[in-house]
Amino acid sequence: MNKEVKIYSAELHAFCALPFADKGIRAGFPSPAQDYIEKSLDLNEALIKHPASTFFGRVVGDSMKDCGLEEGDILVIDKSLTVYDGAMAVCFIDGEFTIKFIKKKAGGLWLMPANSAYLPIQVTSENDFMVWGIVTYSIKNRHKR
Amino acid sequence: MFGLLDCNNFYVSCERVFNPALCQKPVLVLSNNDGCVIARSNEAKALGIQMGTPAYQLKRVIEREKIHVFSSNYALYADMSGRVMQLLESCVPAMEVYSIDEAFLDLTGITQLTSFGRKIIQMVMRGTGIPVSLGIASTKTLAKVANKFAKKYQSYQHVCLIDTQEKREKALRLTNISDVWGIGHRLTEKLHQEGVKTAYDFTCLPRAWVRQNLHLGGLCVWQELQGEKCLDLEQEEMEKKQICTSRSFGEMVTELSVLKEAIATHAARCAAKLRKQNGCVVSLVVFISTNVHRTDLPQYWKSQLVSLLVPSDDTREIVTAALHGLEQIYKQGYNYKKAGVILTEIVAKVPFQQDLFDEKNHEKAFRLMQAIDQINGFYHECKIRLAVEGTGRRWRLKQEKRSLCYTTNWRELIRIRT
Repeated sequence: MNKEVKIYSAELHAFCALPFADKGIRAGFPSPAQDYIEKSLDLNEALIKHPASTFFGRVVGDSMKDCGLEEGDILVIDKSLTVYDGAMAVCFIDGEFTIKFIKKKAGGLWLMPANSAYLPIQVTSENDFMVWGIVTYSIKNRHKR
Repeated sequence: MFGLLDCNNFYVSCERVFNPALCQKPVLVLSNNDGCVIARSNEAKALGIQMGTPAYQLKRVIEREKIHVFSSNYALYADMSGRVMQLLESCVPAMEVYSIDEAFLDLTGITQLTSFGRKIIQMVMRGTGIPVSLGIASTKTLAKVANKFAKKYQSYQHVCLIDTQEKREKALRLTNISDVWGIGHRLTEKLHQEGVKTAYDFTCLPRAWVRQNLHLGGLCVWQELQGEKCLDLEQEEMEKKQICTSRSFGEMVTELSVLKEAIATHAARCAAKLRKQNGCVVSLVVFISTNVHRTDLPQYWKSQLVSLLVPSDDTREIVTAALHGLEQIYKQGYNYKKAGVILTEIVAKVPFQQDLFDEKNHEKAFRLMQAIDQINGFYHECKIRLAVEGTGRRWRLKQEKRSLCYTTNWRELIRIRT
């Protein structure tokens, strides 16, 4: 009988990640933690509700410093949200991205800074204006070395 | 029913999302090396600029019409494409990503198709800023036809539904046969000889004739245009049977040492792609060529097949093989414009037959490659590379007008003034 022998190398490269809650195997007494296996926390999950429409931006300037926004902070921006009164919004006005609070008044739409050195901006039909996205979180580096 | 969703002027639209000042202005995106036009805004189309026009021929009109010109930024386009596809996935039972800017949607069981389509389009626009158009019909080929109408005529408001015989016939009468999906250049010529000008003319040919003269591929298109479903969604992401990396040089290259850098870089890139799909390469092809447009210069084009002793996914082995191939075909005295590496035969990584004389420590090599992939993945560029790949100063792409990688590089986020 003609038999063919093929030699294969062992595959040691596949990984299969499993949650780790093993306190050693002892017959009869399973670890009480075994029932509570959960995955670790993912910051994306907490900060990003709509991943496909969430973008990041970087703060430049100081017109929002009274609400805690400083140069270098990272903004989490959700494009899918509808603008509302009081929203912190990334707007595109006359060729530039800016971040302000949206204020809807009888007189129209205002962009409100959070710094007394700056004046509110009224948006008129003269402006090339759009609300680009709504800021959902801002991230600040507190570890300044 | 099938839907074909297509992003309008996709690359231009991506640029506009992060630079809204470009809206309503003429915009062009150029191919690798800023060679020729690969995307046009409607305003640029209206100026008569054709797809594929070499950039240098447009210098004057670009200046005169103040056209905004960009080098292609594939990192950005790929990321935005992923976002569009992710949104679509959430609202249809099944879909097939057909290209970077197109997807077929399974619309089975959905009533009120037009209003459903409008909702999808609005959702994509709001979520990503990318404008899209949708064609809906009973077959994929007809959905493609419908999509063209959705794009071309504003009155459709980006959704065109072909759901009756009258609509189907009318659309096919207005569609050139060469514009039909699956009808290539050669088939078009053949059909022109038969007096076929429009898609409608084609559907009037007898089935037997189509079958005999155009074989199964042609028959499939013919049936699909009649509304008979032949093609289904292809959902399984097919593993690439070949992997290719090639680039034109920023300037012409003559020395072997510079070509070596380029070939090594391309081979390393192929190797990284290969590992991503858990493959091993059995054989590869290296090619180099001069600039075909420079008929005033001597021309040379040559490729070389190289087989590996043992199937491999190790950058070092793949680069060595590719350089070996290059040395066989390099000839002095030519101005080279392009070089590339194609992995032509790929096998699954496990389990492969071992070579009796193979003394390599595969485990160690695997860990090394994994570490390199992780580091390079983290920085989104090839920070770690073989010395032979060089720095690419002499041959790297010209990308003089590339926008920033707003969505894939922390250092290039959009800057927002407070």
